[in-house]
Amino acid sequence: MRKIQLYTGLALIALVIAAGLVSLVWTPFDPIRVTADRLLDPGWPHLLGTDAMGIDIISRLLIGARYCLIVGIISVSLAAIAGVPMGVLAGLSGARSGWVDEVVMRVNDVVYAFPALLLAMLLAAVAGASTVTAMVAIGVATIPAFARVARAATLEVAASDFVLAARAAGTTKWSIAVRHVFPNIAPVVGVQASVGFAMAILAEAALSYLGLGTPRGTPTWGGMLRDAQDVWYTQPVQALWPGLAIALAVLGFNLLGDGLRDVLDPRLREVR
Amino acid sequence: MTAILRAAGLSRAFGSFEALRGIDLEVCKGQRLGIVGESGSGKTTLIKLLAALDQPTAGQLWFAGREITGLPERGLGFLRSSLQIVFQDPRSSLNPRMKVGDIVTEPLRSKLVRRELQGVDRKERLREVLAAVDLPADSGDRYPHEFSGGQRQRIAIARALAPKPEVLIADEPVSALDVSVRAQVINLLADLVDKQGLTLLFVSHDLMVVRHLCDSVVVMQSGQIVERGTTAAVFSAPRTDYTASLWAAVPRIKV
Ligand SMILES: Nc1ncnc2c1ncn2[C@@H]1O[C@H](COP(=O)(O)OP(=O)(O)O)[C@@H](O)[C@H]1O
Ligand SMILES: [Mg+2]
Repeated sequence: MRKIQLYTGLALIALVIAAGLVSLVWTPFDPIRVTADRLLDPGWPHLLGTDAMGIDIISRLLIGARYCLIVGIISVSLAAIAGVPMGVLAGLSGARSGWVDEVVMRVNDVVYAFPALLLAMLLAAVAGASTVTAMVAIGVATIPAFARVARAATLEVAASDFVLAARAAGTTKWSIAVRHVFPNIAPVVGVQASVGFAMAILAEAALSYLGLGTPRGTPTWGGMLRDAQDVWYTQPVQALWPGLAIALAVLGFNLLGDGLRDVLDPRLREVR
Repeated sequence: MTAILRAAGLSRAFGSFEALRGIDLEVCKGQRLGIVGESGSGKTTLIKLLAALDQPTAGQLWFAGREITGLPERGLGFLRSSLQIVFQDPRSSLNPRMKVGDIVTEPLRSKLVRRELQGVDRKERLREVLAAVDLPADSGDRYPHEFSGGQRQRIAIARALAPKPEVLIADEPVSALDVSVRAQVINLLADLVDKQGLTLLFVSHDLMVVRHLCDSVVVMQSGQIVERGTTAAVFSAPRTDYTASLWAAVPRIKV
């Protein structure tokens, strides 16, 4: 039952996606407009109650799922699009012209050493805190993770007999990257993307919470957590809902990552 | 006869470990050379150098009269596709994510290959080589994992034949296969080499097969060639104890 992780992860993610999709067409109440029904306890018609601005919590959670997915998709795509080609280039040139590998990986080390938080603060200072600056900061900060994973996987593929055979067939380095390397490192990159997705959700929540991401008033889960802090001593349950939503989404993507790793492991595949 | 492959003082070190030490070798057109030796003696390292898939740490190498040592990849077009390799294990020598048709015709799509291949109809050539190795005509649309080990090695052989090479190198081509299909694959290779007049370099530790397939043989030990000559001479009167011991290790069936 190795696949249980995979399926649990997929189920949790499906839940987040479903919430995000539903929020496009319907929420029980207006998720933005301030009302006088403030800090209601769970009950009817506000099943999970309302927050300090009198907004229905379920409605905010549904919209938050959308933001969470958008942030994940954009920042992971950014990191993968920049990081994977870098890693493949480094891995493929590693054997022959070591200096390309050296340069690419040292640049990555520098990015890696630069705290994402500092980057987010810089971006927020320059362009104003927004979801976009948060996504860019998270994306850039995770480029090295993708580059490293891609490089390691590329080194493995480049040493394989089918790449030797391709070279013996006169296939150019470019075609080897496209035909042989990318398709064979895709599973590993997929695992990294899944784990990166979880990290991005967490990071965006943290940045929003610190006021470095999505501005106040936008119904993100991180923003809800920040708002809940103001009423922490009187109504701690307000922090529970967004906290739970973040935890489940992060868990979902981490489980998916682990599950994929098991399912796609080539050493396990041949023995099917 | 003219030498198509020539090596002089070829050495390859991995760090401080010398995997090959001063190999001198000449292979003539149409020759069938067996390369034998115990595991770790440097056979695979040698053929990777001969195929310009690796750089020697010392020594020189010529293919068809032209020196190839130190040539950049784009200068090797005349060798690529004139020299093809069948690797030991088809599970690792065939890209699991490519269709068999794309695998087999890969040598024909190279921008580096000899000019006469540029006009070849790939579909037609695919049909020809699949037929030549006795694979079903529709194999091209399938993936390697859908085939058995013996069939996969036939795919690898088809790929090697696709660009009409002059030299075929086979690195223990059946040692990763089921015993039951080994003879078939060996006979297929022998047939193809005969029909197409290929120059063959055949790496093996199965001396019976080398005797059956090759006209000459070199014996390797710890990165050096310790004995060479015609197959008949080397096997009937081995000059070193090492060769004699390799030969003695072959199981023989009493009739
Ligand atoms: N890339 C490499 N790095 C380090 N050592 C290697 C490498 N390739 C081969 N060797 C070593 O060189 C020796 C010869 O290997 P190989 O040519 O594969 O032998 P054979 O094919 O005769 O079994 C072995 O001891 C092997 O460990
Ligand atoms: Mg070997």
